[in-house]
Amino acid sequence: MKNTVEASRYRAEFVKGLWKENPVFVAVLGMCPALAVTNTAINGIAMGGATLFVLTFSSLLVSSFRKLIPKEVRITTFVIIIATFVTIVDFLLQAFMPAIHKELGAFVALIVVNCLILGRQEAFAFKNPVRLAVVDALGMSLGFSFALFCLGAIREILGNGSLFGITLFGPDFEPWIVMILPPGGFLSLGFLLLFFNWLKQRQEKKGVENGY
Amino acid sequence: MATDLLWIFISAMVINNFTLYYFLGLCPFFGVSDRISTAFRMGMANVFVLLITAFCAWFLNSFVLNHAPYLRLISFIIVVASTVQFVEMAIKKLSPALFRALGIFLPLITTNCAILGLALFATNKGYGLVESLVYALGAGGGLTLALVIMAGIREETKLLEIPKVIEGTALNLIIAGILSMAFMGFAGLFSTT
Amino acid sequence: MVELQQNRGSSSLRLIATLGVAGLFSGLALVAVFLFTRPLIEANQAEALRIAIFQVLPGSESYKTLELNAKKLQLLSNEKESTGPKKSNPRIYAGYSKSGDLLGFAIPGEEPGFQDKIKAIFGYDPEQRMLIGFEVLDTKETPGLGDKIIKDKYFRSSLTTLKIDPKIVAVKPGQKTAANQVETITGATISSKTVIRLLEKTIRWWLPSINKYLETQ
Repeated sequence: MKNTVEASRYRAEFVKGLWKENPVFVAVLGMCPALAVTNTAINGIAMGGATLFVLTFSSLLVSSFRKLIPKEVRITTFVIIIATFVTIVDFLLQAFMPAIHKELGAFVALIVVNCLILGRQEAFAFKNPVRLAVVDALGMSLGFSFALFCLGAIREILGNGSLFGITLFGPDFEPWIVMILPPGGFLSLGFLLLFFNWLKQRQEKKGVENGY
Repeated sequence: MATDLLWIFISAMVINNFTLYYFLGLCPFFGVSDRISTAFRMGMANVFVLLITAFCAWFLNSFVLNHAPYLRLISFIIVVASTVQFVEMAIKKLSPALFRALGIFLPLITTNCAILGLALFATNKGYGLVESLVYALGAGGGLTLALVIMAGIREETKLLEIPKVIEGTALNLIIAGILSMAFMGFAGLFSTT
Repeated sequence: MVELQQNRGSSSLRLIATLGVAGLFSGLALVAVFLFTRPLIEANQAEALRIAIFQVLPGSESYKTLELNAKKLQLLSNEKESTGPKKSNPRIYAGYSKSGDLLGFAIPGEEPGFQDKIKAIFGYDPEQRMLIGFEVLDTKETPGLGDKIIKDKYFRSSLTTLKIDPKIVAVKPGQKTAANQVETITGATISSKTVIRLLEKTIRWWLPSINKYLETQ
């Protein structure tokens, strides 16, 4: 009995990051990387992967040592831990995927100031047991990666007529270049949020009509 | 030399605007942009912290980090955060008026990605002290400009009847997108000869 | 006393110890990763440079690094290349054919373009006083428009037989009459003009020291 309760708790903590509390679409956190590097789907996934690595390991460490870290210096300690993992990711990308690193540039280092990561340490990892913290981190960063992939895919398809570098349309397709430029980042996320708002409003209306 | 510095300044301010081109400092851009006066003060506080950051980053890069490049990120964050705190205390003591105008924003700004972004970009470009400071001035000016324009537009939107479905972040993002498009017009300022 | 402090929060000693330990471990981890990845990163960077040099100096099989020191070009042993943000003296690269003949120099340069600085490297053949190759290293020019400086075949081919005397100049498309002229690209006028300005400025800047270096050889 206890096991199923626990299992469902794990599932809940995992799933919430994917959709209901999606860091980009719902909480609108970590916008800087979400907009800056998503001009192609690949870049979005790479950024998501780097964030996944940093968030998961930071949560693991913070949660493991949560009883040893004094409350007064917790933020500084979080920042040291996060910055360490970001530097590690930066070096690993430079060593093994130089092309991706060149595309992402300084934005890999800027993962440090992604409010999503510090936010999860403060709100979750510091208060919860290790396994739960890792599950939460995985869910959140997968949700983040998913959102980045969506943005990247939309911008690449509209702005370049391709997905993962493969041309989708015939030669007659005139790409909306603005979509892979910075304004396209703002506009894509803006219209996506608008779409979700609209969905939510429609659901609420339906709920009212059904009389509940 | 002078034209180089001018290029750095203009490029950081409008052509490659930190907020509208690099998406840095979006939190204050959406958070503190509902009134022009607040937005302007926030911008000024940003200029101030950016200048300190540029100096710290240059100092660390030239004297400390040559032998330990792997400590760059950590030392940037920690040094910038503590320097800003020191300066905050100093201002509180020396000029309470200035502190009331800028002080409340200072702790907010330290965790702003524009600050770290400036330090990293200046490092990547290999800027010296003067270049870094000019770059910081340009970047701060650009942030202020974007914030004030955004606040001006949002003050107007408050007087309008906006469909509920678009209110909030969605609307702000779309406004920012249009602003960003407008700023694209500055591209080519330095090469139309 | 100790209890009192505990109630109010942790003692400052404990705070310092926590941060110290965190810093220590983070430092250790970083040094380990740095030492492990540094050879790979340096190999990657050297490889990228090598490819660029061999591309702009067709037929070259090896290169040597030349550094400008006190207005004189000096040969640098390839192992001594330092990486990192520290500004080193300006460098160019001499490319050699399989039999060891000097083919030309690969010269990097940069110039503010439409959006941000365009960084490029080009090959210069001192015998014919001609540019023989061109490669863009880094650009943020508008995709689909400004990036034609990379994709436009005619533009690029005109940079592989470009005389530098008396001056590299830009002309409108279809108006090229001499070997020192380059036609700009329709739709990427500013970016292509920037490239031409970059070539002219950089080669003029280097020419005296290259000539002096060749005399002493």
